[in-house]
Amino acid sequence: MSYLEYAVKSTPSGFRKFLYMNWPLTLLLISTASAGFLMLFSVAGGSWTPWAEPQMERFGLGLTVMFIIALVPIWFWRNMSVLAYLGSIGLLIMVELFGTIGMGAQRWIDLGFMRLQPSEVMKVALVMVLAAYYDWLPSHKTSRPIWVLIPVALILIPTALVLKQPDLGTSILLLAAGGGLMFLAGVHWAYFAAVIAAVVGLIATVFNSRGTEWQLLKDYQFRRIDTFLDPSTDPLGAGYHITQSKIALGSGGWNGRGFMQGTQSRLNFLPEKHTDFIFTTLAEEFGFVGGITLLTLYGLILVFCLVTALSTKDRFSSLVTLGIALNFFLFFAVNMSMVMGLAPVVGVPLPMVSYGGSAMLVLMAAFGIVQSAHIHRPR
Amino acid sequence: MKQQKPKSQGLAYKRLPRRALILGGLQAAFIGGLAARMRYMQVDQADEYRLLAEENRINIRLIPPTRGRIYDRNGQIIGQNSPSYRIVMVREDAGDVDEVLTRLSSLIPLTEDEMERAKTEMRRSAPFLPVTLADQVTWEDISKVAVNAPALPGVTPEVGMTRQYPRYEDFAHVVGYVGPVSDYDLSQIDDPEPVLRIPRFQIGKVGLEAKQESTLRGKAGAKRVEVNATGRVMRELDRQEGEAGADLQLSVDADLQQYAQARLAGESAAAVVIDCETGDIRAISSAPSFDPNLFVRGISVGDYRTLTQDNYRPLANKTVQGTYPPGSTFKMITAMAALEAGVIGPGNTVYCPGHLKVGSRRFHCWKRGGHGTVDLNLSLKRSCDVYYYDVALRTGIDKISDMARVFGLGIKHDIPMSAVAAGLAPNQAWKERVHGESWLVGDTANASIGQGFMLASPLQLAVMTARIATGREVKPRLVRSINGVEEPSGLGEPLAVNPNNLEQVRKAMFSVSNDRGGTAYRSRIIADDLRMAGKTGTSQVRNITKAERAAGVIRNEDLPWERRDHALFVSFAPYDKPKYAIAVVVEHGGGGSKAAAPVARDIMLQALYNGTPPLEAYPVADRERIKEQQKQLEGDRRPKARPTTKDRA
Repeated sequence: MSYLEYAVKSTPSGFRKFLYMNWPLTLLLISTASAGFLMLFSVAGGSWTPWAEPQMERFGLGLTVMFIIALVPIWFWRNMSVLAYLGSIGLLIMVELFGTIGMGAQRWIDLGFMRLQPSEVMKVALVMVLAAYYDWLPSHKTSRPIWVLIPVALILIPTALVLKQPDLGTSILLLAAGGGLMFLAGVHWAYFAAVIAAVVGLIATVFNSRGTEWQLLKDYQFRRIDTFLDPSTDPLGAGYHITQSKIALGSGGWNGRGFMQGTQSRLNFLPEKHTDFIFTTLAEEFGFVGGITLLTLYGLILVFCLVTALSTKDRFSSLVTLGIALNFFLFFAVNMSMVMGLAPVVGVPLPMVSYGGSAMLVLMAAFGIVQSAHIHRPR
Repeated sequence: MKQQKPKSQGLAYKRLPRRALILGGLQAAFIGGLAARMRYMQVDQADEYRLLAEENRINIRLIPPTRGRIYDRNGQIIGQNSPSYRIVMVREDAGDVDEVLTRLSSLIPLTEDEMERAKTEMRRSAPFLPVTLADQVTWEDISKVAVNAPALPGVTPEVGMTRQYPRYEDFAHVVGYVGPVSDYDLSQIDDPEPVLRIPRFQIGKVGLEAKQESTLRGKAGAKRVEVNATGRVMRELDRQEGEAGADLQLSVDADLQQYAQARLAGESAAAVVIDCETGDIRAISSAPSFDPNLFVRGISVGDYRTLTQDNYRPLANKTVQGTYPPGSTFKMITAMAALEAGVIGPGNTVYCPGHLKVGSRRFHCWKRGGHGTVDLNLSLKRSCDVYYYDVALRTGIDKISDMARVFGLGIKHDIPMSAVAAGLAPNQAWKERVHGESWLVGDTANASIGQGFMLASPLQLAVMTARIATGREVKPRLVRSINGVEEPSGLGEPLAVNPNNLEQVRKAMFSVSNDRGGTAYRSRIIADDLRMAGKTGTSQVRNITKAERAAGVIRNEDLPWERRDHALFVSFAPYDKPKYAIAVVVEHGGGGSKAAAPVARDIMLQALYNGTPPLEAYPVADRERIKEQQKQLEGDRRPKARPTTKDRA
């Protein structure tokens, strides 16, 4: 299968490609990123350093990367999928062997100019390889057990590697994104029903394993779950993050305290205020109105991804776009649930807003693929 | 290129838009859920969370009030707040804590223990909080640290306020001392003020400092500060100044107090001087004493043991807390009771053969041969015991006990000092109640000469003497004014006794001191307008057995110290217009005329002349000795050079 199969003639070429980009999506991404700069400026006490400025530089880089990827025809990226997947697996193994220890987990590879988090790359690579797989697979085989097992293996291998880092949050996101993609590809309902039943069984098993020799999660993971279930038991200890996050968020009220007036985040009551908990600062300073605005921006990003996915007749394009959108959704849904006290603290950043280089770059690269799919869609 | 029919046209391909919409719908539902949650937290529960946020952010810090100062009657400072220097270290500024500590320990004396303790404290507290390395540091050490500041990053000298008593031993028993609030103190107070929870906050522990705590402490101010999660103060929001504690002026004359303390040195003794006209306590000395500053700093185990193991009990305040059988100083009360009861008149006499048989027991006079025929005047002048046995038996104990109360014995005087004792002026009902036995005539005989159950503190004896001198219900006054507002005078109403009877007693007391043969004749004042009237007392602390009496009573000098008699003397002067009354008790000092009267006379003269008296006030024979004594006491009283800060050697 090659790009020759596509109706190349109908696709724009040269600089005309820019005109055919998904511009609403681009503008939405710039808007959310700008909200992020503002918040990083605020949490630094009204200073561009140490967070807002590097973040803007990275966003500029990310934007460039997005444009470059967008200009490359989508079928090239489809052909790169398997390579990207294998490369990501390779990186995950490398991080296992040589990775830098950060926050009690091996997650980074230091590239000198930036620290690469292979699990982030893996999120996109997994979506790409699954999309390519289902593009290749004749549709009548989609629900046959042998052809279901292959994508399951494709999902479980990186998941296992990420879980070993250990990074529970990302491994769950990988599972969810992979499963979502299989759902989109049209795998039979029965498989999902079976998996959900199995997961419920597994959760029961995991909890039963606690305190035994074959304990499946680390103690700190169990504690996180405990404090999620009842944060009030230990307000200054393990439940501190959730409690403080809820206080900051709730005290924002309808309008918020105003830009740079958020007392809770500025006075360091909030942990990780520039990364995982940045939404609380936004919600404290801009209140319900600000929170809903960001949520709306996110929602619109999803909508425009959906538009791209449904307006293309190419199966790979649709699947990869929806998969990336799903990943994006999972990012902010988990992060917001976490800071609102609806989910345990799992260490998932807020996409486009949280300070962090590799997550942002990978995300922009992924949106580049979405843009490419949009530009090069068969009409 | 040939356009191909898109290959993905099977069932799964048709499912894609549908499944995408299903998934999209699920995502939309989740986003809706997040929005609802946000609304619930930020709109419905906003007030609650805002309150929690305020509690997080605002911290109220107390500003400790300045403690009131204590002055003597002439404005000399007795208790003050002086700067105390300490050396603190901030971990985040210090860098290498161990290295800096090592350098510091080469400059100022720092023990291994102190350094270890500081390190532990630093590890436990936030990096920006100062940790005290050394407290009560001398000025020289502070200078050394200041000079070497560049080599000691994070180390700074700090100034705090601590209580200081510049008169050292002189006022230890009067003023007491302060100390940091202990858990025990807090448990004793029902609703402790928050200021008490300030670390190292000092409150009165003993004496006036404790009794007048509420006056001296003042009111704490407060400042509201914004703090961050680690407790670092970011800025001050507002501040409410506190109120300094009230200054107290004592009625005590610090110079006289110092003299009395020096004059009593070497004995276990107490002296109280009362101003007859106002009830002002001019001096109230208990010897030996101790340095209250030791307690402010936290006394060392060794020093404390030395104080508690001393036979002379330096920690006991003998002036108000110590009670002694008043001995013959009580005879004025017995005489007054008998006179008031009409049992005797001034001319009535009693024959003293040296003993009196009361019931089945023989009661002896201190003079073996007896005094012969004795009237009231002679009975006091020679301190004849038999006279008092006789009149007391005729008067009855209840009347004597009542008379004791009239003169301030057996009742607790209202004076802001610790452990003020009520003494004891027993009567029949008391013995029934406490001992469950009926009162015996022998008890009356014992009580008549201030022995047996009878107990009085030196303060009570001084008050008694002042009341005899003035005929008024003089009440002791220790605090003269609070913040410049004078306290009510202690000159009370006239006593409910016949002034003529009192005059008889006073005349007899004059004879004691000024007539040849009087027991205190040798300790008289010869300045005409300052003549003193007094009474000696010697109270037994042991029973003299029949066998011992037969063999000859052992002389005091041959007894071990703690079995010797207490020596007492009370007096007032000038006789014509009483100004001061004094009581002196020398524990186990032997005879009152020998051990207590000279002391009382010296202190009285010092009070009357408001300084060192001229030698002419003394009997000619004593002058040489007195001159020596004055010279010596002057030396003792010279301001002692003491380190104002903890001796860290």
